[in-house]
Amino acid sequence: MKRWIAFWNILVKDMRTYYLKPPNISWGLIFPLAWTGMFFVKSGAGPESLLALLPGVVALSVLFGTTSLLAVTVTFEKRNRSFERLLLAPLSLELLLLAKTGGAIIFGVANAFVPVIMAACLADLSHIAWSTFVPAVLLIAVASTFLGLVIAVAVSEVFEAQTFSNFFRFPMVFLCGLFFPVESLPLFLRPLSYVLPLTYGADLLHGAVDSTNALPPVLDVSALALFCLGLFVASLGNVKRKWIL
Amino acid sequence: MNRVRRGSASAAPYPKNMTATAISAEGLAKHFGEVAAVESVTFSVLRGEVFGLLGPNGAGKTTTINMLTGLARPDAGTIRIAGLDCTARPRAAQHLIGVVPDDNNLYPELTGFDNLRFCAALYGMRKAERQGRARELLDAFGLAEAAGGKFGGYSRGMKRKLTLAAGIIHQPEILFLDEPTTGLDVASARQIRQLLADLHRAGTTIFLTTHYLEEAERLCDRIAFLVAGRIVRTDTVENLLQLVRGRYVVQVTCTRTPPSLAEKLTAAFPDFGFDTAKPGLIRVEATGPVHVGPLVRFLEEAGAEVVEAVRLRPSLEDVFVQITGIEAEAMRKEKERVRSGE
Ligand SMILES: Nc1ncnc2c1ncn2[C@@H]1O[C@H](COP(=O)(O)OP(=O)(O)OP(=O)(O)O)[C@@H](O)[C@H]1O
Ligand SMILES: [Mg+2]
Repeated sequence: MKRWIAFWNILVKDMRTYYLKPPNISWGLIFPLAWTGMFFVKSGAGPESLLALLPGVVALSVLFGTTSLLAVTVTFEKRNRSFERLLLAPLSLELLLLAKTGGAIIFGVANAFVPVIMAACLADLSHIAWSTFVPAVLLIAVASTFLGLVIAVAVSEVFEAQTFSNFFRFPMVFLCGLFFPVESLPLFLRPLSYVLPLTYGADLLHGAVDSTNALPPVLDVSALALFCLGLFVASLGNVKRKWIL
Repeated sequence: MNRVRRGSASAAPYPKNMTATAISAEGLAKHFGEVAAVESVTFSVLRGEVFGLLGPNGAGKTTTINMLTGLARPDAGTIRIAGLDCTARPRAAQHLIGVVPDDNNLYPELTGFDNLRFCAALYGMRKAERQGRARELLDAFGLAEAAGGKFGGYSRGMKRKLTLAAGIIHQPEILFLDEPTTGLDVASARQIRQLLADLHRAGTTIFLTTHYLEEAERLCDRIAFLVAGRIVRTDTVENLLQLVRGRYVVQVTCTRTPPSLAEKLTAAFPDFGFDTAKPGLIRVEATGPVHVGPLVRFLEEAGAEVVEAVRLRPSLEDVFVQITGIEAEAMRKEKERVRSGE
């Protein structure tokens, strides 16, 4: 019970404190929003093409939302050393990291629904398989949050974290089949796509929206789950190594 | 390396009457690259005791506290907190300890009140309890008026006080403080010492580091002197003072001091030691009572104008200087310089 009080309060504090921090607003909210708006306008109002774009912009919003928030929550607190308070609290490092990442996951999921709502005003979304779509969003949020955590642990400044994240985020936009299928990539780039978690998430979303998935959903889900686990274990190890001196 | 793995100690409650030792450290060592921050530090702190770790800048005080509180892993040695083995699992005793770090590391975006409530929540306190305790501490530290202001906008003294309050919000059995009063004005420092004395009376075990020897003398039951990562002496304040009890120190204040006074004095009073490093002040040290009559007459004849001569009570400062060879004044000055340069 006690440790859940701690867990919940860490999560709520992060959401209250950091959702509206400038680096999070610019990279986590405005950037995906602008990108989405641009695509929707360019798609020229054809509802089919809009539906084809939806998985890409949703995945993008989640990716940028989660990684931006995490870059802020972790790096700020590491810098002013308030993170030491969390390390001194009587709760396991696993739970602590889940509390720190929980806020980012929620933010990412909420971010996913910004383009969905925008799309709902322009097209008919009733054919979307929501029972796949929502879990897919959640899995993408978890995987990209943990990816963000690995990055945030590795750097010491917020701007470094954002820059370093972009190093991963932008290539992922093109490599992960968000806006054009992985098959259309040059052959030598394709292996790279399949070691990035977003590829599987985007594929799930494509399946949910217009059944244009390239891989069986079971494979996508398993791959994403594996990424989540692996990235979490990696960050846990990093924290133990780098933050407990 | 001495790392013992134990599987079952985690859920053990604080063994109230089982162990008289609250903290024990044996052969602690910690290196940062080439720098040996701490080398072979051994001590133990009894339950309910106030234990002071004293030493100059860079002696390894903070590193030692970090190892004891689970923020750093020792390269060698063992740590037990309240009987729990914290060597293999540095965070095993987190529920028993409170920590006031040297840095005021609360959350700048949160108000004073919210900071305290949040810290209380980290220790699993319930909502009503959190509110009550936060209010109580804000009152106790004279911060009630500032409770709604953001921590980031507090003065340094206010920040320090709130950081102290946050460290004791969950009423820990063992409290670690890294330089609790550095950066506070005289009144606030007194207030903090009063508070620590109250906690001591209530049975809290207190481990603190400080540069203020007067503070250590007033607060601590026992003291360890740490120099360059090694403990050079551990003893009760009483016993330490005994070392300088037999010494007599007289301080003479003059308005005018003629040149090369020290040599003349030494020639005239070979049994005494003289220190004339500070202008207008002559420090006289002797192993027996100092008769000031002849001394004053000699000084006046030499051209000095004596204002007063007082006998100084032997202090921990003298002990420190004697044991470590480090000038206590210099150590504090350096610290102040570093702080104000921040
Ligand atoms: N994270 C670190 N990385 C590298 N060196 C470190 C680190 N922490 C401490 N040191 C070094 O270890 C030594 C002891 O430092 P420590 O902070 O423990 O001293 P201290 O006694 O607390 O000093 P102060 O009175 O200035 O607070 C110093 O030489 C310091 O430079
Ligand atoms: Mg220190």
